[in-house]
Amino acid sequence: MLTDLISLRETEPTDIRRLLDTAQSFKEVLERPVKKVPTLRGKQVVTLFYEASTRTRVSFENAAKIMSADTTSVAAASSSVQKGESLLDTVRNLRAMRIDCLVMRHPQSGAAHLVAQALDIPVVNAGDGMHEHPTQALLDMLTIRQHKGRLEGLTVAIVGDITHSRVARSNLWGLSKMGAKVRFVAPATLLPRDVHRLPVEVYTDLRKGMEGADVVMALRLQQERMERGLLPSLREYSQRWGVNTKALEVTKPDCIVMHPGPMNRGVEISDDVADSGRSVILEQVTNGVAIRMAVLYHLLGGEAAG
Amino acid sequence: MPTEVKVMDAHEMRRALTRIAHEILERNKGAENLVLVGILRRGAPLAHRLSRLIEQIEGTAVPVGELDIALYRDDYRTHAVSDIGATHIPVDITDKKVVLVDEVIYTGRTVRAAITALMDLGRPACVQLAVLIDRGHRELPIRPDYVGKNLPTARQEFVEVKLEELHGEDSVCIRKPDEER
Repeated sequence: MLTDLISLRETEPTDIRRLLDTAQSFKEVLERPVKKVPTLRGKQVVTLFYEASTRTRVSFENAAKIMSADTTSVAAASSSVQKGESLLDTVRNLRAMRIDCLVMRHPQSGAAHLVAQALDIPVVNAGDGMHEHPTQALLDMLTIRQHKGRLEGLTVAIVGDITHSRVARSNLWGLSKMGAKVRFVAPATLLPRDVHRLPVEVYTDLRKGMEGADVVMALRLQQERMERGLLPSLREYSQRWGVNTKALEVTKPDCIVMHPGPMNRGVEISDDVADSGRSVILEQVTNGVAIRMAVLYHLLGGEAAG
Repeated sequence: MPTEVKVMDAHEMRRALTRIAHEILERNKGAENLVLVGILRRGAPLAHRLSRLIEQIEGTAVPVGELDIALYRDDYRTHAVSDIGATHIPVDITDKKVVLVDEVIYTGRTVRAAITALMDLGRPACVQLAVLIDRGHRELPIRPDYVGKNLPTARQEFVEVKLEELHGEDSVCIRKPDEER
């Protein structure tokens, strides 16, 4: 039984499967003219974001609202954090207002785990530093499953800025638990130092890494997290590591292309690929709402909820 | 050991459904404007069967939908359902005569949830209810319009409907509670 969603590394495969199946069922609600079901009536969901976000925050709030929960959005930039309040004081104060669920994003790895231990309500990690972003990986897995009919036995090449990517880490844990083979494809400077300890195949050559892939996931080059000196220039990066039509020639013919957004068009992914028939990038966004509905449904329902 | 008594076999189930199909046609003066909506799981195969029976009798195909009510249950707080199906109704139900189909009516809470779910999808001209088994013990002012079999039961008993499409056989059993428990 799920009580929080902090990392896919610590989530059981049965729970991952249940979340994917539930989200698949909930997608129908998104296609209705009136997108409202009464399930979470009277529940208060707070999104607390210490980092910028469009997709994830709106996605969580829409998911909660579709299920009739009330949502409050707190952006650290305009909150008491600016007056020096600590993270734990902030969340304890929110809990004291009798909120039922906290969705949080924080630049520090492990922040969501810390908060989950301090609070007696479900906490959902919407991204913590360079650690995990579990709902993003779940929506990626749902999208892959819709296109391929399965996850088991697939080869997924995750390309680009792996070091700074919590999306890559969550996908690695989630996909490998579901039986897919994950590759990290990146220049050596953008691979985490401990990469050899992870259950992943590592390629420092784009062509070899993409060869025979069923799925290619391009990652955003996270310039805001990057110290200087990892890359010679953006132009050289896009030429050597950008996912473009030519680079895709070596994948399986029915290979799909994904990106967690926001895209740097012309850097890690070319315009023609981003807008091509192989791109499932906007489907990922739609699936994101369904996944977050499923997460809130399972975390807030049942006897585990307060 | 809990005791199990079979109260309906495949032949009886077929006859009951055939009668319900006739009653639906009689009450609605034909198949026009009808939509059958099965409540997942077991209501869905029954709705498909009723549609085939109506087509055999009347020569008109009646659209069939499937309704999942997990998002509408009043016991969500205590039981989050893990086996959730997807709602799929192929036509707009607004101004249609909708016949909800379920295998057993008991407290009426499932049907209450199903009616709320339907109303979120459109405004039907009317909603009727067909059930294979009415086992009594209603907790809400809800009654079925078409009943395969009235089955007086005790609250502790469990009525299990098995369907060819889901379980490989057609039967209805009552299980008495285990005395030792």
